[in-house]
Amino acid sequence: MKPIFSKIILIALFFASLINYSAMGQIIQAPVYGTFLIQGGTLYTITQGVIEGDLLIEDGRIAAIGSNLEPPEGATIIDAINKRIYPGFIDAGTQLGLSEISSVPLTRDFNERGSLIPYVQALTAINPNSIPIAVTRVSGVTTVLSSPSGGLFPGTAAAINLIGYTPYQMYDGAKGVVLNFPRSGKTGRWDRRSMEKRDEEYRENIKKLNDFWDEADRYYQLKTSGHLKDQKNPPLDAMLPVFENTVPLLIEVNRAPDILEVLKWAEGKEIRIVLTGVAEGWRVANEIAESGHPVITGPVLQTPSRAYDRYDRPYANASKMKEAGVKVAIRTNEMENVRNLPFNAGYAAAYGLGKEEALKSITIVPAQILGIDDRLGSLEIGKTANLFISNGDPFEPRVQIEQVFISGWKIPMENRHTQLYEQFLERSPGIQLNE
Amino acid sequence: MNGKEKILLLSACLLLLCPLMIYGQKDQTGSILLKGGHLLTITDGNLENTDLLIIDGIITEIGKDLQAPDGVSVIDVSGKYVMPGIVDAHSHVGLDAVNEMTNPITSEVKIADVINPYDIALYHALAGGVTVSHAMHGSANVIGGQNQTIKHRYGTHDPYHLIMEGAARTIKFALGENPIRVHGEGFSIIPNTRMGVETVIRQGFDDALEYQRNWDGYREKKSAGTIAKPPQYDPRLEALLEVLNGDILIHCHSYRSDEIYMLINICRDYGIEDLIFQHVNEGFKVAPELAEFGAMASVFSDWWAYKFEVYYSTAYNTTILVKNNVITSVNSDSRELIRHLYLEAAKAQRYGQLSDNETLKLITMNPAIQLGIDHRVGSLEVGKDGDVAVFSAHPLSIYTIPEYTFVDGIKYFDRSEDPDDMRVLTDIEDDLNHFMELYSGRGDHDCLH
Repeated sequence: MKPIFSKIILIALFFASLINYSAMGQIIQAPVYGTFLIQGGTLYTITQGVIEGDLLIEDGRIAAIGSNLEPPEGATIIDAINKRIYPGFIDAGTQLGLSEISSVPLTRDFNERGSLIPYVQALTAINPNSIPIAVTRVSGVTTVLSSPSGGLFPGTAAAINLIGYTPYQMYDGAKGVVLNFPRSGKTGRWDRRSMEKRDEEYRENIKKLNDFWDEADRYYQLKTSGHLKDQKNPPLDAMLPVFENTVPLLIEVNRAPDILEVLKWAEGKEIRIVLTGVAEGWRVANEIAESGHPVITGPVLQTPSRAYDRYDRPYANASKMKEAGVKVAIRTNEMENVRNLPFNAGYAAAYGLGKEEALKSITIVPAQILGIDDRLGSLEIGKTANLFISNGDPFEPRVQIEQVFISGWKIPMENRHTQLYEQFLERSPGIQLNE
Repeated sequence: MNGKEKILLLSACLLLLCPLMIYGQKDQTGSILLKGGHLLTITDGNLENTDLLIIDGIITEIGKDLQAPDGVSVIDVSGKYVMPGIVDAHSHVGLDAVNEMTNPITSEVKIADVINPYDIALYHALAGGVTVSHAMHGSANVIGGQNQTIKHRYGTHDPYHLIMEGAARTIKFALGENPIRVHGEGFSIIPNTRMGVETVIRQGFDDALEYQRNWDGYREKKSAGTIAKPPQYDPRLEALLEVLNGDILIHCHSYRSDEIYMLINICRDYGIEDLIFQHVNEGFKVAPELAEFGAMASVFSDWWAYKFEVYYSTAYNTTILVKNNVITSVNSDSRELIRHLYLEAAKAQRYGQLSDNETLKLITMNPAIQLGIDHRVGSLEVGKDGDVAVFSAHPLSIYTIPEYTFVDGIKYFDRSEDPDDMRVLTDIEDDLNHFMELYSGRGDHDCLH
């Protein structure tokens, strides 16, 4: 080899190593937008069964599904033989993007001061560059509902796709007003209030809720009948979409007596009600089913709410409700570990729900509940290209999620966790700085 | 004999019987033949369609077509997976107290004194195949109390019956944010930084060595016939001496790589050879150093970002440590995770694709080594304890369900007999006052099985 060539190769190697170094830092490669033809995989469409075939992503959408699709000009072909393709998972209850480090209060943006503040918007505080977002999406979770928490009406939750550099790029058009329904009884082991005190505070909270609700209802009536045109009232204005039925009311409730109380409270209210949490749903599954309200339950991986309950109640909760006829989605209620959504669904599957229903509970069902099933939740022509390719059943821990697409973007399969893996698996320098 | 005497005699008899009753319970073991299972032995490969015989709490035979001796019951486990009882190297279940946080060093306190056999979490652990856990002191101080390895003999009323005889003695150390928050921020004393944490440990060891010298001097004088005043007995320093002598193993709560490396250096300086790091989220950054020293690691599968010192973590920590030849276990440190440690271990396959056996070792052999009980548990071998978990499918599959759990050959969990309501001493429809009287103030522990 001529010296000049070896020099060129050396220089090329030097630049290649630079690229390598940048991959080791915190900078993640850019996602790629384009036309992708995923060939020869098994498509778990959710709504149209399991199909062997190809899937075409174009203009951010699923443009075609079929066998032997002709690749359009300039399409990137992705070989998916022996692979599976699923719609992106949806976690309809998280704090993703609203918190960075749980023990550092200044990084927690989900809990605003005040009790009647439905106007505070989760979407405002979602940090698109939050490290947990990139950690989450490589697990196949492509859409989450990020919810505020705290007081009675702690704010408005928003559904986001896990790609974008502003909250509005991420926003998927669905919101929900959160109501933490007053909790009766003890709040935990350390609740030392007397029974009388608890009852009194509970009644006060219920009254506070009803007073606010009546006021919001009157405000809505007056607004719709053309009154109060120039009046601005942030708490009541934020409730209008609920009365207009454009946004659901997400009612967080967990104990069985409280669930029954919610069902009573909701009677006659012509709004979209969604029950969230619902840890003891199995106790009153028939009553929930009768009400017709859908449920976003979880986490599945939690301890029984009462020490004497059967150990596997939380695992079987979704299944018991489904059996009774409730529409059930599964959530993690997590921030940094939303990536455990498929494992939560897998446990529900093992303890009665079955694989197919468990899959639905984190795809099409949450999409329906949030009102985004026209664009998400299944592999269908025309839907947003939120999907992933895996080398097996994505609920199984040993299976690898190989490629994720969100809104038609091919997502880099890296994040801080994978970068640290690459940097430290075979650390260099090792024990000695200069060997 | 008058009435008073009768009562006295009766009481005396009862008092005599009491220790016998407890002793009898302690000695209790079981025998069982598990027929035709798929055995995951951990140390000797997987054995298809194989029987496992436990006699009086010990595995006596593994093979085909074993016959049950007279009086030994048989369970057909064909199509099911049989593995050694899972060992959790970091937990706080079955305890009434965790943190003696009143001083940066409280090496004299013992977790063995606060065991609560009624904790329902012990049963939940059994329902997840976990038969042994390392009940640890908390991380509020730099050198906390002495831990206790327990067997989950749920149902006993005797706290000491849970203690695993023959397990290595261990002590909790803690570095980083927790001791700094409690003592530096909370009490305005050292440690207020990671520098202070090191100082506390070195000072503690030096105090113990000086204490030893004082005693040696006293004994020398005494044996020479000189009149001498003995030094004051100090249980705190006595315990630290046992750490320095290697009689008590250090299990150290740690996160950042710098503090991990700091403790390795201390141990080198003081000649301490056995060192097990707990959590050790940044262990992956100093994996070569851990391996070189022979330090071990007990980690979370995927916990991170709950505090600043775990923000630069990776779920690939387990894999990096294993691939760098660090003996690694996956622990729970949680009443929730202890119910599915087999899933927590399996995540090392999602994050780093460890082999099945490497992964199963994370919750069997490796934690057993870290607790000094690998001669007793951690694998299916003849001569080891009859601690066994039976699963409906491969334990690393998400769809597996634990079906039976045995400790010392006794069946402590049987899914087919699991009650909907764990309360046995009261009927919920019954007189509530009676129930309140029985369990006043014990809200969390009102269950027995």
